[in-house]
Amino acid sequence: MSNIPAELKYSKSHEWIKEEDGVFTIGLTDYAQSALGDIVFINLPEEEDSVTAGESFSDVESVKAVSDVFSPVTGTVTAVNEELLDNPALVNEAPYEAWLIKVSQVTDSEELLDADAYAAVVAAEEA
Amino acid sequence: MKLLFERSRPGRGSTLLPACDVPAVDFDQSLLRAQAPRLPEISEIDLGRHYTQLAKQTHGVNDGFYPLGSCTMKYNPRVNEEAASLPGFTQVHPLQPQETVQGALEVLHTAQQLLCEITGMDGMSFQPAAGAHGEYTGLLLIRKYHQSKGDTARTKIIVPDSAHGTNPASATMAGFKVVSVPSNDMGGVDLEALRKAVGPDTAGLMLTNPNTVGLFDANILEITQIVHDAGGLCYYDGANLNAVMGHVRPGDMGFDCVHLNLHKTFATPHGGGGPGSGPVGCKAMLEPFLPAPRVKEAGGVYSLYTPDQTMGQVRSFYGNFLVVVKALTYLITLGKEGIPEASAGAVLNANYLMKKLMGHYDMAYNTLCMHEFVMTLQGLAHDSGVTAMDVAKRLLDFGIHPPTMYFPLIVHEALMVEPTETESPETLNEAAQAFLEILAEAKDDPESLHHAPHHCPIGRPDEVTAARDPILRYNFEA
Amino acid sequence: MGSYIPATGEERQAMLQAIGLTSTDHLFDVVPENVRVKSLDLPQGLSELEVSQKMAGMASKNRVFQSIFRGAGAYCHYIPSIVKTVTSKEEFLTAYTPYQAEISQGVLQSIFEYQTQICELTGMDVSNASVYDGAVAAAEAIFMCQERKRSGVIVSGAVDPQTLTVIQTYCESRDVPVTVLPVNGYATDPAALKAVLAKDTAAVYVQSPNYYGVLEDMDALVAATHEVGAKVIMGANPISLGLLKTPGEYDVDIAVGEGQPLGMPLSFGGPYLGFMACKQAMMRKLPGRIVGETTDAEGRRCFVLTLQAREQHIRREKASSNICSNEALCAMTASVYLAAMGPRGLRQVAESCAAHAHYLAGELAKLGFALRSGEKPFFHEFLTDCPVEPEKLCAALEAQGILGGLPVEGGILWCCTERNTKADMDKLIAVIGEVLRT
Repeated sequence: MSNIPAELKYSKSHEWIKEEDGVFTIGLTDYAQSALGDIVFINLPEEEDSVTAGESFSDVESVKAVSDVFSPVTGTVTAVNEELLDNPALVNEAPYEAWLIKVSQVTDSEELLDADAYAAVVAAEEA
Repeated sequence: MKLLFERSRPGRGSTLLPACDVPAVDFDQSLLRAQAPRLPEISEIDLGRHYTQLAKQTHGVNDGFYPLGSCTMKYNPRVNEEAASLPGFTQVHPLQPQETVQGALEVLHTAQQLLCEITGMDGMSFQPAAGAHGEYTGLLLIRKYHQSKGDTARTKIIVPDSAHGTNPASATMAGFKVVSVPSNDMGGVDLEALRKAVGPDTAGLMLTNPNTVGLFDANILEITQIVHDAGGLCYYDGANLNAVMGHVRPGDMGFDCVHLNLHKTFATPHGGGGPGSGPVGCKAMLEPFLPAPRVKEAGGVYSLYTPDQTMGQVRSFYGNFLVVVKALTYLITLGKEGIPEASAGAVLNANYLMKKLMGHYDMAYNTLCMHEFVMTLQGLAHDSGVTAMDVAKRLLDFGIHPPTMYFPLIVHEALMVEPTETESPETLNEAAQAFLEILAEAKDDPESLHHAPHHCPIGRPDEVTAARDPILRYNFEA
Repeated sequence: MGSYIPATGEERQAMLQAIGLTSTDHLFDVVPENVRVKSLDLPQGLSELEVSQKMAGMASKNRVFQSIFRGAGAYCHYIPSIVKTVTSKEEFLTAYTPYQAEISQGVLQSIFEYQTQICELTGMDVSNASVYDGAVAAAEAIFMCQERKRSGVIVSGAVDPQTLTVIQTYCESRDVPVTVLPVNGYATDPAALKAVLAKDTAAVYVQSPNYYGVLEDMDALVAATHEVGAKVIMGANPISLGLLKTPGEYDVDIAVGEGQPLGMPLSFGGPYLGFMACKQAMMRKLPGRIVGETTDAEGRRCFVLTLQAREQHIRREKASSNICSNEALCAMTASVYLAAMGPRGLRQVAESCAAHAHYLAGELAKLGFALRSGEKPFFHEFLTDCPVEPEKLCAALEAQGILGGLPVEGGILWCCTERNTKADMDKLIAVIGEVLRT
């Protein structure tokens, strides 16, 4: 069973979002990291890059697959978790601590799900 | 196994060259490297033994059955190698005067003629060095063709979702956007989806036929018609030509250009991943755009020329010439009857092996196949936990190179088996027996299969660590 | 008719029966009748004896020169006997790309050794397992440097003209603008480069020794390029690196080149070998196969294809390159060559090439073949004037069994390797003297 913390928001494409004072922190959910398997590299954007809701901003490599990571919001990247470049396994080990990017100046957002609604999405995919 | 560098001892080596017989050049110190490269210093006997040991840890077609789907691992005849080592071919400079290389030009011209007849094309270039390189070149032909007509809106290439990954990658390199169309339940092109996908922005369609699940798409004439009606061109990926050569020609199926993999269909060795050769053939309207130079013949004299609207060059000189020599040797050996007989043999062997496994393993498609067939181990994985990977790894213990795994992507737990025509019935029977024994093990002792292979020089390598913390060269300091 | 099908007619009939068919024709029933081939217009197949005679006949229509003074991208070096012996081993020859590491350690380890040797030779951090040839290596390197805010490449006009054509062909389809730098005195002019470098320039490609054999002022070119934050790609002759300053020492970002001089025969242009090596920071942008070291479950050292998520079979239309098959056996050839030569042998080859070329340049100058590049340092190629019609001179040399330099820009581009002995050069000079007198 996937770990889905109640205090976070989620996207249908398996990103978690935490908003604090207009800064959106984005990471991959436990379900996503488990489905991807051992992550070997994460391609991240750079600070000051813009991201668009519903569009890919990063991709995550496992040994034999690569998966896009989608931004739930439109805005500007203000921080990138560079630790992940050296140690991508952190996403497997602690997905809710290993954030990918922080986004500010958010002008648009997808509909974000609460934990219960996201749990239903995961349940549907596992079925 | 020691590395070359671990066998190195200071001062060792062979005497290969005489002392220089003219004064040395006194280069300015600033032009010289500070330290010598740390190349191994090794005696000839140790060097020879090193590679003999490496050879013993390598499985080639000559070591055993190699049913690697989509790769056509057929026997590589010795006479081809002998032809390609003739000094008249190996010791010729590519920029010699044309009258001194008439034999080399004859090789290229003859190979072009024979392969154009087999594919139904009008012209060919041997410059591409491998299949993906050929795809790229063929797509540039399509791009140039539309440009020459001022038709700059044609920016999209349609690729079925069952295609090899190279198809979309090549299309992107050639400057196109990729439109993926879904397959129907027989792995073929979904005609309705294709009709919806084509339009004034369609540059062309890339297709393999037989497709990547080993089935011939019987709608092929309708498919190419739909694309042509929309103003697009049709590109034939020759990866699977070994199924149909001599029985049906891409040119007659409505294709405008093709690439061939001489290292698959025409029996030249793969060399552990190259050199290959990926010539591109095309219909007359695309010939002006072919890479330069091309070869022509008049009155028994061969010469090089530059096509008037050439795309340029996709590599230096004329391509992997010695590979073309090998393929030509094969072509003239088989000839008129041998070519269709080879493909019939490939299809027969695939169907025979599939029949032996049917009822034991689940086939992705329960119908006659062409030169290869795809099994799905989804049921086995569900029931026993044994995956396609486990079965593949266990096959190694039987001295069999595993089939292609997890491809095509549209089949789950796929194993794609291509026996080729050069395997005997006994070899196929033995392989079937190995597959059945592994199936029995999956039922009795699935756990042991997760750890297969058991009798190879190494067990399964840790690929995650290899990718997370890449070590890509020897560390001399360690 | 030749055939490599083991099954006899009877066996084939039995196999057909097993799958429920009566004739091989029925295997193709799915092919629409109106496009089925009735008969191919090909010659009859032949026996092995006939085939080998026919191929030998074609080979004999090519002229093999014993004395070759032509380079221009393809170089005639001595190939140690052990090189051919190793690379003819059928295990290496008949294997596919080493996807199954458990039975491919031989090929994988040899590529790892090759990667290490290319790093040592070039002074770079990371090498791939090879690409098609030196020209394609240059084009692929240019793509490695394209970024969102930087695109386009400046190419020195003194690079090999075929490499330039390949770069232009590749870049056109990807909308990468190519600026060709005018040549000044047969070398790249750092001032001219500075004049066109811009803050959105992605890369500069320079070849040294360049097409005219001249060693470029790499320090100045690298400094100017790095000043605007662009990457430097250097094309190098691998033999020269046995002696000359490495791309790594010049601090370039990517080193590429044609690996043919490392043990591959001239072969009318192929198969050859494109080598590519880069700094650590660009590792994940390298195209093609890369082999890495790891361990198996029992802790044994072993080798695998790695960083595969960069590649086309996974990334599909988002891959930065489409390359799959490369030139693995040519990479092994280069690796055996470098091991056979060792550091002293390779240096000896390089010194010998340079010494022969400088001797010949001196002797030619006495006959009025002035060195066009003047005092600039050169390695083993050089362009001279030609007091007579270059084609006429070359024809006279060919009549004496000598393949002279290549007629280029009204002069002649000469090349010497360790094979061109003093005796051969003196004969060349004597024949030229005859031509000048008549």
